[in-house]
Amino acid sequence: MELIFEKSQNDNPGIKLPASDVPSAEELDFEYLRNDIAGLPQISEPEVVRHFTNLSRLNFSVDTNFYPLGSCTMKYNPRFTEKLAGLDSFSSIHPLQPQLIKGGMLTQGAMQLIYNLENLLSEITGMHAFTTQPMAGAHGELTGVMLIAAYHKSRGDKREFIIIPDSGHGTNPASAAIAGYKVKTIKSDKNGVMDMQAYKEALDERTAGVMLTCPNTLGIFNPHIKEITDSAHKAGALMYYDGANMNAIMGKAKPGELGFDIVHLNLHKTFSTPHGGGGPGAGPVGVKEFLSEYLPTSRIIMREDGSYALDYYKPLSIGYISPFYGNFGILLRAYAYILYMGRDGLIEASENAVLNANYLKAKLKERFHIPHPEGTLHEFVISAKNFSEKGVKALDFAKAIIDTGFHPPTVYFPLNIKEAIMVEPTETESRQTLDSFVDELLRLADLADSEPSRFHDFPEKAPVCRPDEVRAVKHPNLSYKA
Amino acid sequence: MDAEKLLYSKDHEWVSIDGETAVIGITDYAQEELGDIVFVELPESGSEIKAGEAPVTLESVKAVSSVYCPFSGIITEINSKLEDEPEIINSSPLDQGWIFKIKITSGNKDNLLNSADYEAYIKELD
Repeated sequence: MELIFEKSQNDNPGIKLPASDVPSAEELDFEYLRNDIAGLPQISEPEVVRHFTNLSRLNFSVDTNFYPLGSCTMKYNPRFTEKLAGLDSFSSIHPLQPQLIKGGMLTQGAMQLIYNLENLLSEITGMHAFTTQPMAGAHGELTGVMLIAAYHKSRGDKREFIIIPDSGHGTNPASAAIAGYKVKTIKSDKNGVMDMQAYKEALDERTAGVMLTCPNTLGIFNPHIKEITDSAHKAGALMYYDGANMNAIMGKAKPGELGFDIVHLNLHKTFSTPHGGGGPGAGPVGVKEFLSEYLPTSRIIMREDGSYALDYYKPLSIGYISPFYGNFGILLRAYAYILYMGRDGLIEASENAVLNANYLKAKLKERFHIPHPEGTLHEFVISAKNFSEKGVKALDFAKAIIDTGFHPPTVYFPLNIKEAIMVEPTETESRQTLDSFVDELLRLADLADSEPSRFHDFPEKAPVCRPDEVRAVKHPNLSYKA
Repeated sequence: MDAEKLLYSKDHEWVSIDGETAVIGITDYAQEELGDIVFVELPESGSEIKAGEAPVTLESVKAVSSVYCPFSGIITEINSKLEDEPEIINSSPLDQGWIFKIKITSGNKDNLLNSADYEAYIKELD
């Protein structure tokens, strides 16, 4: 499709500036003057509107169709939370207001909301204190690893590395490295969870922490969790829970009770706030009591008279991790979602997320190879390796799914599964939707057997079919040049 | 390089040893699994590395992965052509796509596989 610059026609300006009715300013120095025309597209207003309306119709979102992107938890974002976030009394407050003299009295509701949300998240995860500042899951991870570092440093304990299983989230090693640690990757055993022998060999007095995604990226809950957390603590290391997959276990298990010291949650996954296309996200971090003094400043406290205030006096704090209090509008949506769902509703959400994943898996396993067929919770991984012998790879399957109208699942992740296709339906999908997704995948599997060569041209209906991924990475062309 | 005379690691590096010097690259199986390689981060010539460290990072359209070195030693030469043309690793993993050379100070080759054992090993992975 044409860019708006390419639609531009000379001498067809979309706007007409009125005659100036203010005195002209002194002319700029020559060096600041542009010596060619501005290069803005010359196009009429209706053409501009059509251009952007047509672009917007190319968007794919959870509002347009099923979006089973494994690891991303693309669940429906309820509309009532949007309405609440748009309320004037929330959308018009300024983040500096509580810091002004008497300004705190004008923002009691917003501070109470964050305070209450922190308590609700603590209850859900079995933690004692939360910060809502981190603005994404990986930002939460970094905050968590910085807390691990602050804890060891305050004890004069020099530790060097973080242990991460290869079935963890891909951002874990990056977060640990940015916080200054080396990473020890532990391979999975034949059951798809961290190999216990390799773990115990890697764990020693130089281990600062262990980051565990549980259930992991194969959707499997680690059966050795107590042994893992106990031996980490014995070695003086802290346990970090990557809560990106919390949607599988809400109300069923609390990371705090499983022996974890730090947890992050992805509100834009588990708590139904919008994401995709870059957020904004929210990755609050919860800790056990002994780590609460290290949490980022400021902290919201409740005074004796029941009013709320910001506490900046936290000498052991790791400091600011983001401006103000995080993405407040997202926190608000998550708070509304939790209150609306209630205890029973959140448990039911997890149960249905697990049920939907297992339903899909049961329907697909006859036709597709599923490397770890047991113990699936909220997501599962198919391997397309049976088809790759005929030249149809996981990528070709994903491209073919685009033509069905569904969003393709995640491919080539986790890395420990060959030709991985990772499916996460979430709880908000109906049986009809799941069935039609299954029908399409089974049809494609038949096609891969009978006409494998067709797969190299899919998708056929998309506006962009097979972008040159190598050229896109090596020579990205990000701006229009006439 | 003659694939049959090389030694292989379980992380899919190949090693060609000539006296004190070893040439290291990745196997055909590894480049096939990674897909189109778009970026190679090379170490500096002259830098010292320990056995088991990963002096090289490869980025493909699918994933980022490390190239491990089975020996301790000093990097004597890098294939700087790969900086501009990382795709050489895809087209010629065993020859033009070599990645670095190292002067071995310590480490042993007992953990490395011969060609037949490596072939058997990757078959097992499939």
